[in-house]
Amino acid sequence: MINNEKTALVAANGLSKLFKDQVVVDHLSVEFFSGERISLSGPNGAGKTTLIRCILGQYVYDGQLEVMGGDPRIQHEEIMKDIGFVPQIPPPLKMTVREMLVFFSKLTGTPEDVFSKIVMDLGLQINEHLHKPFLKLSGGMKQKLLIAFALGRNPKILLMDEPAANLDPEARKVFFKYLEAFNKDALMILCSHRMSEISSLVNREIEMDLGKIVVDRIVKVK
Amino acid sequence: MKKGMINIAILELRQSLRSFWFWGYSILFGGFVAIMFAFGITESQIIGFVGLGRLMVTFMQVSMVILPIYILISTVRAVVGDRETNVMEYMLSLPISFSGYYWGKFWSRLIEIFIPVFLALLGAALWGSFTNIGVPWDLFIFYSLLLIAMVVCFLGIAMYISAMAHSQNLAISAVFILWLLLVAFLDLILMGVMLKTRMDPQIVIFIGMVNPLQVFRTATLALFDPKLTVMGPASFYILDTVSRSIFIVFAILYPILLGFGFASLGNRYFKRNDIV
Repeated sequence: MINNEKTALVAANGLSKLFKDQVVVDHLSVEFFSGERISLSGPNGAGKTTLIRCILGQYVYDGQLEVMGGDPRIQHEEIMKDIGFVPQIPPPLKMTVREMLVFFSKLTGTPEDVFSKIVMDLGLQINEHLHKPFLKLSGGMKQKLLIAFALGRNPKILLMDEPAANLDPEARKVFFKYLEAFNKDALMILCSHRMSEISSLVNREIEMDLGKIVVDRIVKVK
Repeated sequence: MKKGMINIAILELRQSLRSFWFWGYSILFGGFVAIMFAFGITESQIIGFVGLGRLMVTFMQVSMVILPIYILISTVRAVVGDRETNVMEYMLSLPISFSGYYWGKFWSRLIEIFIPVFLALLGAALWGSFTNIGVPWDLFIFYSLLLIAMVVCFLGIAMYISAMAHSQNLAISAVFILWLLLVAFLDLILMGVMLKTRMDPQIVIFIGMVNPLQVFRTATLALFDPKLTVMGPASFYILDTVSRSIFIVFAILYPILLGFGFASLGNRYFKRNDIV
């Protein structure tokens, strides 16, 4: 998939990831450009999460991978400044919601209000939960916070692994509106099993199976 | 690295201040000093130790029993636990370097573990000067340095094992076996082996001096007259062979270097391998 007008924010060349003898990502060569909104689909074990973790610099891999022109393992801290990530499973963080706001704000330089506003828009009255540990919140509440922390940073790359799985219908609507309005120059990669839900948002569809890309097509935004 | 490390350390410290184990641990050491005062340990005399010096020696003996296994068990989950629970996947998607994350955990644990023990010792010294018992400040400074050396040593070892281990269960088993081995090579078993196998005493001294537990045990008593009955055979041999002042410097520097050495190796492994 070539797009000469845009900058490749992620460029993989012969990217492979093995766990013991099992190939999870298999000689992947692909580029993701700024402005692209990609749906990444495929059956369980297709290699979607592994690819995302490689982009996040969390795995050692074979082959080449450049994220915003750098190596995500070596220039990890610098590169992560411009990546927003929502994981598939919310981590059991012990910090309170208040501490999270302060922590994320300090670390990313984003005012706390920005995060709070997104959370409120998603339907979570954050002020009522400030002193609760994150891990004690319900699945939906956790997801709303994680989405707010990813979107609020206005990153150049937004990686979301099943971000809407725990959201109620109302929050889901607001969430998709946020995605629609999100920075048009950013690269957005959405992993989801519910393709119908995100099909209106994306302009490129990628399907993986057994560690390889089996479908890669440009689509018109509906 | 610095910003991420400081933020992680502050976050960890805040979480510890809320945790049950931190307060339990602090009360244990603080309470122990209070109990020793209450039961008049400063007024008793056993084999030459008297006053606050006796209290401090007893405190160090208890610390030597509790601290290593406590540090090992409570720290060894720091890295591998975060890996298993997906905390690391998320935290390291933030602008924090791998080393910043690792050392942030290390420094926060160091503060969490050292401060309560140190405050208990300081509290004893202050109470001693308030009640005119007479505080051996040289002993207080030496023991404080020994305590920090002990904390750094076992913290470094635990962080190394935590970075290397693939599961929390494996990590806990590893530190428990390590602790048993260190205990096994303290005075009594060491002497037993020596007598049975007619081992060269130099080898016994060498084994004793590389065992941080033995180093602490010997160093705690090094400022007093080295009597075989008090110190145990390995300590007696060590202090009989090595000059006391050299051993005191060794007892502080060696565990610190060992701890930082292991912690650095753990960090090296951590940043060069899969982190989730």
